Amino acid sequence: MSFFETQHLTKAFGGLIAVNDLSFKVEQGKIYGLIGPNGSGKTTVFNLINGYYPITSGTILFEGQELNGLPTWKICKLGIGRTFQIVKPLRRMTVLENVMASAFNRTAREEESREKALEVLEFCELLKKRDYPAKGLTIGDRKRLEIARALATGPKLLLLDETMAGLTPQEQADGVVLIRKIRDSGMTIIIVEHIMQVIMNICDQILCINYGQEIVQGSPVEVANNPAVIEAYLGRE
Amino acid sequence: MEVFVQTFVSGVLMGGIYALVGLGMTLIMGVMKIINLAHGQLMMVAMYITYVLFEYLHLDPYFSLLIAMPTLFLLGAIIQKYFLNPLLKVDSILPENQVLMTVGIGMVLTEIIRFIFHSDYKSVKTSYSSDFIYAGGISYNVAMVIAFGIAALLTLLLFFFLLKTDIGRSVRATAQNKEAALLMGINAEWITIFTYGLGAALAAAAGSLLLPIYYLFPDIGGPFTLKAFVITILGGLGSTVGAIVGGVVLGVAESLGATYISMALKDAVGMVIFLLVLIFLPGGLKAWTKI
Amino acid sequence: MKKMRWSALIPLLLLLVFPLVIQSDYYRHIFIIALMWVVIGSSWNLLAGYTGQVSFGHAIFFGTGAYTAGLCATKLGISAWWGMLLGGPVAVLVGLFIGWVCFRLRGPYFALATIAVGEIFRIVATVWRDLTDGMQGILIMQTFRSKIPYYYLALFLAALCVYAIHRVIKSKWGYCFVAIREDQDAAESMGISAFRYKSLSLAVSSFFTGLAGAFYMNYMAFIDPHVVFSLHYISIMAILVGIIGGVGTLWGPPVGAFVMVLLQETFRSSFFGLLPKWVSEGHVLVFGVLVIFVIRYMANGIVGDWSKIKRIWSKEKPEPVATIGS
Repeated sequence: MSFFETQHLTKAFGGLIAVNDLSFKVEQGKIYGLIGPNGSGKTTVFNLINGYYPITSGTILFEGQELNGLPTWKICKLGIGRTFQIVKPLRRMTVLENVMASAFNRTAREEESREKALEVLEFCELLKKRDYPAKGLTIGDRKRLEIARALATGPKLLLLDETMAGLTPQEQADGVVLIRKIRDSGMTIIIVEHIMQVIMNICDQILCINYGQEIVQGSPVEVANNPAVIEAYLGRE
Repeated sequence: MEVFVQTFVSGVLMGGIYALVGLGMTLIMGVMKIINLAHGQLMMVAMYITYVLFEYLHLDPYFSLLIAMPTLFLLGAIIQKYFLNPLLKVDSILPENQVLMTVGIGMVLTEIIRFIFHSDYKSVKTSYSSDFIYAGGISYNVAMVIAFGIAALLTLLLFFFLLKTDIGRSVRATAQNKEAALLMGINAEWITIFTYGLGAALAAAAGSLLLPIYYLFPDIGGPFTLKAFVITILGGLGSTVGAIVGGVVLGVAESLGATYISMALKDAVGMVIFLLVLIFLPGGLKAWTKI
Repeated sequence: MKKMRWSALIPLLLLLVFPLVIQSDYYRHIFIIALMWVVIGSSWNLLAGYTGQVSFGHAIFFGTGAYTAGLCATKLGISAWWGMLLGGPVAVLVGLFIGWVCFRLRGPYFALATIAVGEIFRIVATVWRDLTDGMQGILIMQTFRSKIPYYYLALFLAALCVYAIHRVIKSKWGYCFVAIREDQDAAESMGISAFRYKSLSLAVSSFFTGLAGAFYMNYMAFIDPHVVFSLHYISIMAILVGIIGGVGTLWGPPVGAFVMVLLQETFRSSFFGLLPKWVSEGHVLVFGVLVIFVIRYMANGIVGDWSKIKRIWSKEKPEPVATIGS
């Protein structure tokens, strides 16, 4: 039984095929990258995994369980956490309350949720700002909060959607440190990213797609040197 | 069979007036994305203006239309500019602020009118209010026929305005995509003011047309606001053609309901249609066509 | 939280001794009605202010509770007081059904749907004469001559309601409700079933509103569809109580209830007889003006904008915005 895999995953919006016959496997404990030029369907893949969009055809299996047709909240309970590309802080709650709301995913008791939330906040280095209202945070902190919230749901698989976008180089470096920390704690991560250095640095395996279709799957080195990938990003010579 | 045709025809005629109410509402909802819970009250104000002009100046309601419409346009513009637009900048827990503001405005309008005119029912009896013409075995109420005709004319003028004039196109552009419209140099603030005024003017027209065949009292606004919603949702938000179709459908449905089920349940017909559409056909009839 | 508990005790104590100090039935009646609105407003606020589902149809639950109690007397031949036990649960059933139908609608569409359902209930109650006696309404014998038992019952209901909501807000449910309000999609991704929690919120909200309705039947001894299913006098009043007091706060609706009821009565009685008669005619007008003013300048209500109000009086510096902790 694989940890996570998709089989012939396809999503069509009317006549537009956004995701076309994608099949890939993710091993537990690894960081799997999903890259491709703008509009290639990366976030749509996440939305399919997450239950946000219904699948047109194909299957998603998580620890042997089929995810097709399950509602988003159920998929979260099964152990898949997710961040959004355009972050969605719960603006009128504090940082701590935001994360507690997630922590309630695994418990019904307020003290336990608070404990877990504080733990996660410390892990993500947001502990000092725990009483700040979420709407007052900088973009870098919002992204941290987004990750903290996903972590607090107690996932086994974490989907990170373009967490580095809009960050300064220093913030990006800090982000990479955090992601590695998460992986080292035993988490499996699928990361959608645009920024090549980040992806090449941290991923164990990469899938590159364009127009919803697979171009190549493999190790970072293999993918980086693949002419089709270079063409997709830079266009033909 | 005759009864059915008669009922159907009355429904269509009434539907023409309803369509005007719905058109005003759908424009406002399309452009500002707010639910105007004062719509019926605006119509009511126009009806009182028409009534006063009839009582004291003996002006025929159909001519008063030409006074009521601009007056309500102005009132609508003022409301949008001073009461609704400023709310856009306020960050409150309830996004329905604008809606609630219109509730307040509706209340104030109703009470001011009640203060001036009291709650007793008033009516306007023109020479043709109770005249009927007979054609094809069906009787048509003259006032309703004229009302339908004027309503149709106004609708055509509205379409011409929206399709052919610059302002009209700006209104449609803002309704479709406010940010894009802003980027194209359209003054969105001004357009919202204009649109609310236009919506109010259309409601005013409906009111003037309605006065000879209805009765008037301050609380008449509420039911019409609800009818406007039904029409708007039925036809599809922001769809002008939808509003026309919706208006006629509602008119016919109410007419059939009054005849075949019961007079008392007439208003419920609209509500039930409303719910059914909200649940099963959220895009409104618009979803079935490509309009 | 401790601080709030102590300062809440003072009004509670005042309310406890009120009817013993004030002998007039007229003023007792006003307070009873105000306490009833504490329940309705707080219930509405739980669904709208905390969970973000703005209902324009709370009259549905109030009327259901009232008619449950009334029908106990007219159709079941038992005392209307049984309605106090049944009114809440029946209202919950109605609420769950409405939620099942309407929660798929977001934002303003949900509000519109609640208006429609409210009107349908009102019309059906008016027309289904065999069941409800239509516009004749239901008339029962008032159990107590004195207002005092009703007063303490109302006070008990209000205190129970506010306390229950306080506990709910602090619990997992409360966090889920607010998460849904702030961002339903994010909440779903956090493992919160929006439908389930909206329904839970609606269940609590409709329960207490139904209870208030049953109380109303027993207290006023007369109801008709026009009053208890009224869009303006019940549904919109509930919204106003919430807004003027402060949406999304615990003490907002209680404050709002007393402000609204006292204000309404002040005007309706022409400032308790001190001003000429025509002032009474304007009481709804004053309401409308108040709504406009509050929405425009005090959108978070008296409690929500309390720091802002204090600031204007004392010219202090602004503080951070209140969050779930208030």
